[in-house]
Amino acid sequence: MLARIKKFLGMEAKPAEEKEVPMEEKKVASNEEVEKVAEEKPKPRIGYIHLSGCTGDVMSLTENYDILAPLLTEMVDIVYGQTLVDRWDIPEMDIALVEGSVCLQDEHSLHELKEVREKAGLVVAYGSCAATGCFTRYSRGGQQAQPAHESFVPIADVVKVDLAIPGCPPSPEIIAKTVVAVLNGDMDYLQPMMDLVGYTEACGCDLQLKVVNQALCIACGTCAMACQTRALDMTNGRPELNEDRCVKCGICYTQCPRSWWPMERIKKDTGL
Amino acid sequence: MVLGTYKEALSARSTDKQIQKISQDGGIVSALLSFALDEKIIDGAVVSGPGKDMWKPEPMVAMSSDEILAAAGTKYTFSPNVFMLKQAARQYGLEKIGTVAIPCQTMGIRKMQSYPFGVRFVADKIALLLGIYCMENFPFASLQTFISEKMGVSPELVEKMDIGKGKFWIYTADDELSIPLKETHGYEQSGCKVCLDYVAELADLSTGSVGSPDGWSTVLTRTDAGENVFKLAVDAGLIETKPMADVKPGLGLLEKLAKDKKTKNQKTIDERIAMGLPVPYKASTEKEDPLANY
Ligand SMILES: Cc1cc2nc3c(=O)[nH]c(=O)nc-3n(C[C@H](O)[C@H](O)[C@H](O)COP(=O)(O)OP(=O)(O)OC[C@H]3O[C@@H](n4cnc5c(N)ncnc54)[C@H](O)[C@@H]3O)c2cc1C
Ligand code: SF4
Ligand code: SF4
Ligand code: SF4
Repeated sequence: MLARIKKFLGMEAKPAEEKEVPMEEKKVASNEEVEKVAEEKPKPRIGYIHLSGCTGDVMSLTENYDILAPLLTEMVDIVYGQTLVDRWDIPEMDIALVEGSVCLQDEHSLHELKEVREKAGLVVAYGSCAATGCFTRYSRGGQQAQPAHESFVPIADVVKVDLAIPGCPPSPEIIAKTVVAVLNGDMDYLQPMMDLVGYTEACGCDLQLKVVNQALCIACGTCAMACQTRALDMTNGRPELNEDRCVKCGICYTQCPRSWWPMERIKKDTGL
Repeated sequence: MVLGTYKEALSARSTDKQIQKISQDGGIVSALLSFALDEKIIDGAVVSGPGKDMWKPEPMVAMSSDEILAAAGTKYTFSPNVFMLKQAARQYGLEKIGTVAIPCQTMGIRKMQSYPFGVRFVADKIALLLGIYCMENFPFASLQTFISEKMGVSPELVEKMDIGKGKFWIYTADDELSIPLKETHGYEQSGCKVCLDYVAELADLSTGSVGSPDGWSTVLTRTDAGENVFKLAVDAGLIETKPMADVKPGLGLLEKLAKDKKTKNQKTIDERIAMGLPVPYKASTEKEDPLANY
């Protein structure tokens, strides 16, 4: 996987020189940074594929106002995407950002996803619907136009995925950081996103099963802070899940310091 | 480095008589957060405020020095401070948040800043992260057990708790009682047994009692943000300092405790890995630096 990504980005063995952004400096990717990256690297061709999701993910992408213009015009070539590009057939591309889960009764979506897998170097499950199924897991079908549409699964259930960026939606910051990391070939930063590809059955109860029951929880409260639907409360220092509110985005577990711990990266980021 | 990366180590205390009276050690946390609020370095702070039950803290967003002071003093049980950061940013609309965190909470915050997957517009609002040293933490029921069952005192009568000189202490209006830490060890939360950070290695500034005389704190300034606020508070006369070399027991003790914690807990990590249990850290055999927090 690592080799594949590196090959795609044409950056084998080239640990692109780091331009560290100190923590105090607020913007994760400043304009100059973006421009600098843009000058140095060839433009990757990016496609945006929209399956079953609420469009929140692309909204989050566009919230990177400060870097979006240079991103779209100087850093990448958007080659495919609803409303972004006037094109019906799927072209060859370096990176496909896939938003939304895939509906197993929707032949068109299945076909599109498979074709994207063939035409794209890297397939990114972008947002929790694509990565974990998220709230679409709960769809019961019965929609007037398509009454039979009821089984929605993360795209990794159907095709091979290279990177997962969960979030409902992913924060604008993680998107900016990921784009900069991809363009720099910063594999260390991307490693957790490669590891998260396997995390498709997410639930707030992961905290109970994989952290609390494993004697790892420390009552920090990061999970409850990160939950985007307020499905988590802290009771006697332990996360308590309100299952009715959980959309299975997986963010609580992803952000917990006891699920995975990127100390070396943090040291780089903080300069400590 | 057993204490993490730091710029300077000093012994220090607040010069404010009121803070000296109510704070746990040198009052560094309360003094710095109040000062940062007054100087508009932060707009508010997430602290461990008083809760419904005596000694059971609740995280709160303090918007004034009075609220910060109301949270002074150590409560030796869980206070999920990180939980409140999002409220501080959203409900309170703070642009520059200050907070106090034990080492594991510092880890949660820093991970969220480096990888803010689902956390929108909070990472960049943490303006000041003060870390406090921590050897272990106790579930609230454990505290009740030592205090009411082992020491025979009703928790409401307790005015201060402290850990020091190998003992767990409580102070009431007219009494001072202690039990050896040997007797509290079985009551810690289990998550602490794999913790590799004693001195909040990732905070902007870390402080705790160990190394300095009673009523003083040992301060490690780490980042520019931590160093700046500390220097400004010293220049403003709110904090007095002494060189670490001039105080007893000194930095050696802090280094020893930090090292002991790492060595002991790394052993637990190795045992867990051998049993096939999950743990977010590496086995000692995979590490270059056996004392590193990864
Ligand atoms: C569980 C625990 C274990 C500790 N173990 C050690 C130790 O082994 N060695 C050592 O030197 N120091 C230890 N400390 C730190 C020490 O007790 C003091 O908190 C520290 O020296 C700061 O003192 P101060 O006078 O500067 O702070 P003060 O001005 O008294 O302010 C204390 C601050 O700590 C916050 N706080 C209180 N309780 C908690 C809590 N449970 N979780 C998070 N924040 C809290 C309050 O909100 C307040 O802002 C521990 C603290 C805790 C909470
Ligand atoms: S508890 Fe919240 S953060 Fe966790 S999976 Fe459910 S909705 Fe997502
Ligand atoms: S983030 Fe993890 S360690 Fe922290 S309270 Fe939640 S489950 Fe426990
Ligand atoms: S010992 Fe570590 S895990 Fe336990 S409360 Fe202290 S900092 Fe957190």
